[in-house]
Amino acid sequence: MSTRVEFPLSQVTPEPEQVLTALGAAGAPNSGRHLRLAVEAIALYRKRVQPLGVWNPIGLDEFEKLYAGQNAGFTPLGQIYPRARSLALFAVTLGEPIRDEIDSRFQAADFALGAALDAAASEGAELAASELEWRYVEHLRASGELTTDMGVMRFSPGYCGWQTCGQRNLFSHLQPADIGISLSASCLMYPLKSVSGVIVAAGRGAFLFADDFPFCGDCQTRSCRERIAAIFGGLHDTQDMREQP
Amino acid sequence: MTVLAQLAERLQQGDAPGVAQLTRAAITEGVEPRVILDSGLIAGMNVVGARFKSHEIYLPDVLLAAKAMYAGMDLLKPLMIRDGIPSRGRVVMGTVQGDMHDIGKNLVSIMLRGAGFEVVDLGKDVPPERFIQAAIESNAGVIGLSALLTTTMPGMRRVVELARERQLQGKTRVIVGGAPLSREYARDIGADAYCFDGTSAVDCVKSIFGVS
Repeated sequence: MSTRVEFPLSQVTPEPEQVLTALGAAGAPNSGRHLRLAVEAIALYRKRVQPLGVWNPIGLDEFEKLYAGQNAGFTPLGQIYPRARSLALFAVTLGEPIRDEIDSRFQAADFALGAALDAAASEGAELAASELEWRYVEHLRASGELTTDMGVMRFSPGYCGWQTCGQRNLFSHLQPADIGISLSASCLMYPLKSVSGVIVAAGRGAFLFADDFPFCGDCQTRSCRERIAAIFGGLHDTQDMREQP
Repeated sequence: MTVLAQLAERLQQGDAPGVAQLTRAAITEGVEPRVILDSGLIAGMNVVGARFKSHEIYLPDVLLAAKAMYAGMDLLKPLMIRDGIPSRGRVVMGTVQGDMHDIGKNLVSIMLRGAGFEVVDLGKDVPPERFIQAAIESNAGVIGLSALLTTTMPGMRRVVELARERQLQGKTRVIVGGAPLSREYARDIGADAYCFDGTSAVDCVKSIFGVS
């Protein structure tokens, strides 16, 4: 059964520093001007954003069918999900008006604000996905399914060897049209500032993997290192994440 | 300091009202529109581009400077059309069919205009035939293709194939860019160049048109 999630603005609003980092301008010497731009973009973001999310539990067998043939073969998620204790498909969106606002800023030649607003929305969509992941953890805790040795991590089509066209199977199970998300023939989500994927809850050890898959070379974020470290409270050596025997 | 030097300096500061005011002053002084463009606006943007390339300034600074450039261009454009002054070159730009991501394409278009090129922006979700048609109609020297999804990248190959079928090689080069792309992919589909970012796109287009 699907659980619809509404987010308070405070939980999906990025900090100015996050916006500037996304713009590639973190710690810039001309920081006063940049900071004003980020603050203006965030104020506009808060006026136009309409954040919504949905999650839906899925069994291991069902997910196996959903994931089969939709990935690059040997993938981190392919190694992790068979060891999951709980799985849930999810989607979040910031709505269409924010995209319209970004477009209108560019059309008005207000390029810097348009780019800053786009960066704010990208960060905001990730914050919404993180918040939804947290809500799922709370659900596991409330239902007594969360144990102290567990960790939770989310994966999305288009990343970590999960092909973008994997969205089709995910959407047919999750049906996020209820929160206004649709999928194009090229597997593009509308509204654009949306995130979908699977949340995996498993013993922490299941999440240890090295970033040496063939597709890791093309990854521009390597954010898996921080995410794994977060599961281990930031104490794990992120250089060697192979599970110890 | 001459009005053109002041213009270039104000542009670097991203001062749009200042650039508009100095452009008006230069026009009133009788400076040729082409000279105002080359020695004021483009000269200023060249400094901005070089400083961005060497990581002295950041994307927001480039975009603020671009807005200032547009403020000056808005005043010069009618005069340049009246006098029949050609642009440095014409580029057809768009995000390929099925792809609605256009921030990257917009940024490249802004930087190309800032470098003095005329950009025919077809927008997003552009069918392959539309790129070819626009290039022929506008006599463009370059078609710039953008994609952010692995699922839409094949549309780039179709544009390259169509350009060959319509015998545009030699007249119109096809350049490609976008997060999931690589130099190898560009080579594989037969594109003329792969542009890693906006700065490299400007360098690439300058090289194609033989301008410094």
